[in-house]
Amino acid sequence: MVSKFQKIILVIGALSLAALLIVGCARSKAETAAPHSSMSTQVATADSQSTTPNQIVIKNFAFAPATLTVKAGTKVTWVNRDDDPHTVDQTDKLFKSGTMDTDGQYSYTFTSPGTFKYFCALHPRMVGQIVVQ
Amino acid sequence: MPDQLNNETDNNDLSRRSFMKCMAWGGAGVLWVMNAGVLTSCSLLHASVPKGKFSFVQISDSHIGFNKAPNPDATKTFTESVAQINALPQQPSFLIHTGDISHLSTPEQFDTATQILKSAKPNQVYFVPGEHDVFTDEGKTYFEKFGKGTQGNGWQSFDYDGVHFIGLVNVLNLKEGSGTGLGGSGLGQLGSAQLEWLEKDVKGLSSSTPIVVFAHIPLWTIYPEWGWGTEDSAQALSYLKRFGSITVLNGHIHQILQKVEGNVTFHTARSTAFPQPAPGAAPSPGPIKDVPADKLRSLLGLSDVTYVANDRPLALIDSTLA
Repeated sequence: MVSKFQKIILVIGALSLAALLIVGCARSKAETAAPHSSMSTQVATADSQSTTPNQIVIKNFAFAPATLTVKAGTKVTWVNRDDDPHTVDQTDKLFKSGTMDTDGQYSYTFTSPGTFKYFCALHPRMVGQIVVQ
Repeated sequence: MPDQLNNETDNNDLSRRSFMKCMAWGGAGVLWVMNAGVLTSCSLLHASVPKGKFSFVQISDSHIGFNKAPNPDATKTFTESVAQINALPQQPSFLIHTGDISHLSTPEQFDTATQILKSAKPNQVYFVPGEHDVFTDEGKTYFEKFGKGTQGNGWQSFDYDGVHFIGLVNVLNLKEGSGTGLGGSGLGQLGSAQLEWLEKDVKGLSSSTPIVVFAHIPLWTIYPEWGWGTEDSAQALSYLKRFGSITVLNGHIHQILQKVEGNVTFHTARSTAFPQPAPGAAPSPGPIKDVPADKLRSLLGLSDVTYVANDRPLALIDSTLA
């Protein structure tokens, strides 16, 4: 025999379980969709985000934005606002900035569509990507 | 036990509490005496320097060319380090530089380092590169200037008075990695060719041969979030686990950290240029900038290692430039 009270408890239980599942799914979806989420949160401060179009700011050992989407033919510029030197090395060796010390800049023009991953050769945990449409 | 290399538990007489106590003395100079692979004592600044058969000094992370806060002149502090070596009561037989000789791998920075090292009393300096020495040209300039006598991609071994020294290179071909599934680990790596060489290099040695391994990036995982570890170091250490006494000397993190696991003592040296934060203590591993000028030299320094043949202790003394 299941009492009315027990039924309510069961319903509440089922609802919370469903809520947990929804939250869980949403979270795992967010993680899959944004592989750079941990990096983005680190640099999500107003002063480290570039206000110049097609510019990526290097600050606190991170590229911001970590993912930049541009049209083919766009020139992208990286600028180093850290006290440490960094580099922009494309993973498949398409381009390599060389040393970028404090306030150093590097530009590359993306001519063909694709996703271009890059990292810092000195601090290889710093990663980013340019999506060219 | 050597086969517990991946175990985080310190398996020796030194308790975590006394270890921490020793670390607190770091700024004033710490004496580590290793006896048959086990740390047996730890004493203060005024401890007498053990008289050994020979000693050598580890210098690291000179970052020649660095000129920002907290150190406007890394050349000057490196020169002071060499003067400090020359003033040691027992002259070291040789020096080991564990990388990041230069800040930006320019020929000028390498040449400045070479010039300063010429004034050191010990003639012989063994080098392994740091990532700052090889990042612009895959190490071409570095190898031209410092690669003499090395094999493969700059690795080397030599024997001195019964001790086998191995210099490993773990800063080449670093793979990108953020820990979020993109590419590799972002850690240092030795690579299969070097690992193969290492296995052969130690094959003929008696297990009682004391081993000293030196490399730039720590060969133990300190803080992967900042890339402070070497992806395939466990493989390298597995070739060494049969030896009774293994000392691993690293740089890269600009601070002293020490860990003992079985017969392996891991030790990282201070930089002669600038200090870096404790693992995770800051948003990034960049230099600690807010160091008052009169305190800077207490955070820079070098490591003096003494070897006594009879009972196989290696004593490590970390001294500051202050």
